[in-house]
Amino acid sequence: MLKVDDINVYYGSIHAIKGVSFEVEQGEIVTLIGANGAGKSTILKTVSGLLHPQTGSIHFAGQNIVNVPPHKIVSQGLAQCPEGRRIFLQMTVEENLEMGAYIRLRHEIRGAIADVYERFPRLKERRRQQAGTLSGGEQQMLAMGRALMSKPTLLMLDEPSMGLAPILVTQIFEIIKELNQAGTTILLVEQNAQMALSVAHRGYVLETGRIILTAPAADLLNNDKVRKAYLGG
Amino acid sequence: MGFLSYLISGISLGSIYAIIALGYTMVYGIAKMLNFAHGDVIMVGAYMSFMATAYIGWSPLASVVLAMAVCTLLGIIIERLAYKPLRNATSLAVLITAIGVSYFLQNIALLIWSSNPKSFTSIISLDSLRLFDGQLIISSVTLVTIAACIVIVYGLTMIVRYSKIGKAMRAVSEDKEAAQLMGIDVNQTISVTFAIGSGLAAVAGVLLCSAYPLLMPTVGAMPGIKAFTAAVFGGIGSIPGAMLGGILLGVIEILGKAYISTELSDAIVFSVLIIVLLVRPTGLLGKKISEKV
Repeated sequence: MLKVDDINVYYGSIHAIKGVSFEVEQGEIVTLIGANGAGKSTILKTVSGLLHPQTGSIHFAGQNIVNVPPHKIVSQGLAQCPEGRRIFLQMTVEENLEMGAYIRLRHEIRGAIADVYERFPRLKERRRQQAGTLSGGEQQMLAMGRALMSKPTLLMLDEPSMGLAPILVTQIFEIIKELNQAGTTILLVEQNAQMALSVAHRGYVLETGRIILTAPAADLLNNDKVRKAYLGG
Repeated sequence: MGFLSYLISGISLGSIYAIIALGYTMVYGIAKMLNFAHGDVIMVGAYMSFMATAYIGWSPLASVVLAMAVCTLLGIIIERLAYKPLRNATSLAVLITAIGVSYFLQNIALLIWSSNPKSFTSIISLDSLRLFDGQLIISSVTLVTIAACIVIVYGLTMIVRYSKIGKAMRAVSEDKEAAQLMGIDVNQTISVTFAIGSGLAAVAGVLLCSAYPLLMPTVGAMPGIKAFTAAVFGGIGSIPGAMLGGILLGVIEILGKAYISTELSDAIVFSVLIIVLLVRPTGLLGKKISEKV
């Protein structure tokens, strides 16, 4: 479904992503794990079209999406829930959701909002509230709900557990599993490797801009090197 | 009665500043740049209206529509040719370019219409309003100007609050990258913002030259600077702020002229700005910027 082939991405003269290739198949949860600064978010930004690879190709649903503007990539069914949530703090909860469905027709939006409220009842209670007044967990739910509004076939989640209390982290990962079971393919970027590998089918380990290891998630959980470097022993 | 009459002309002048300031403030809010050529778009609008009425014999209303259409197009073209290539450039480069565009427009106008002032016939030919047995006379231009400002601010507020493109503007203004991830076409949103701001500049140009009927290529420069001041005064990026800033600036200017000194009126206006910015650096209605990570 998503095929990233040998991409190289630069920030000015800094070579951030060095010849990275990976694939996501329909129906999978795939996770990219790695330390802070390994290049995980850079890869997602490149897939979303916010950054452009110097070389290499990115195919989504059979089409090359390198140099396609970000807003067109969204309308092909690829949505991203960015790192740090990035919800529109000055807008209401419902307006945030409407923005998520920007590419969709007016009559589809009401139904999509109802779906999100069903999954996240908390958001419905707070629909008229400014998003900036929500708690961290609610903001994460809003960010995910907003990304779902475009009805993506592939959802990319960047650090959904960041800054959340452990109980909320568990809840967010439950939701990720549910979304996947409901048919959404997921590409998950996480520093919390333990949680990410426990829900994912496959994982890629990223170190300073290179993929150094790839295996089914269960194998990575038992891999000595991964345990030492990312799972705290 | 003198004070009341000064106050009303201050509000009227301030309404023109407010309409211009809206263009500055919206473009700043969404594209995060100061479009210093905005004042000169006013001038182009005034010339368009002048040509349509004086040479072609169009009705005043039709001439305003023409001026708005030309300026809207001009705003889109300026953005596309001069500013869009600089989307990722430093703000200093954009600022210098904007000043360049400003001089470019003034000099093109100089070539086409020469430096001789044209006398602009007011497009509003209604009777003046007489109150208190004729002690207070309010000209129709004054009334129309104030009414236009109210209608424009109200309309713009509704657009930004409820329409799809208005919401997209707010989203882009808050977080350009996140807006792109929602499927919002940022370039198109910025283009629409320039179009609206420039269309309003045309209205301001016609109203300005109806009140002060001398038309020349530099006619937009000073009101442009004043309106920019008004936008900063009210809190740049804020629509109600632009209106409040514009009207206060107009009132201070006229009252300063009437009671203190005609020569010093501009100095008074800018002193008030400096004092306000010392006390409230974000302007009267500007939001304090706080980010939650």
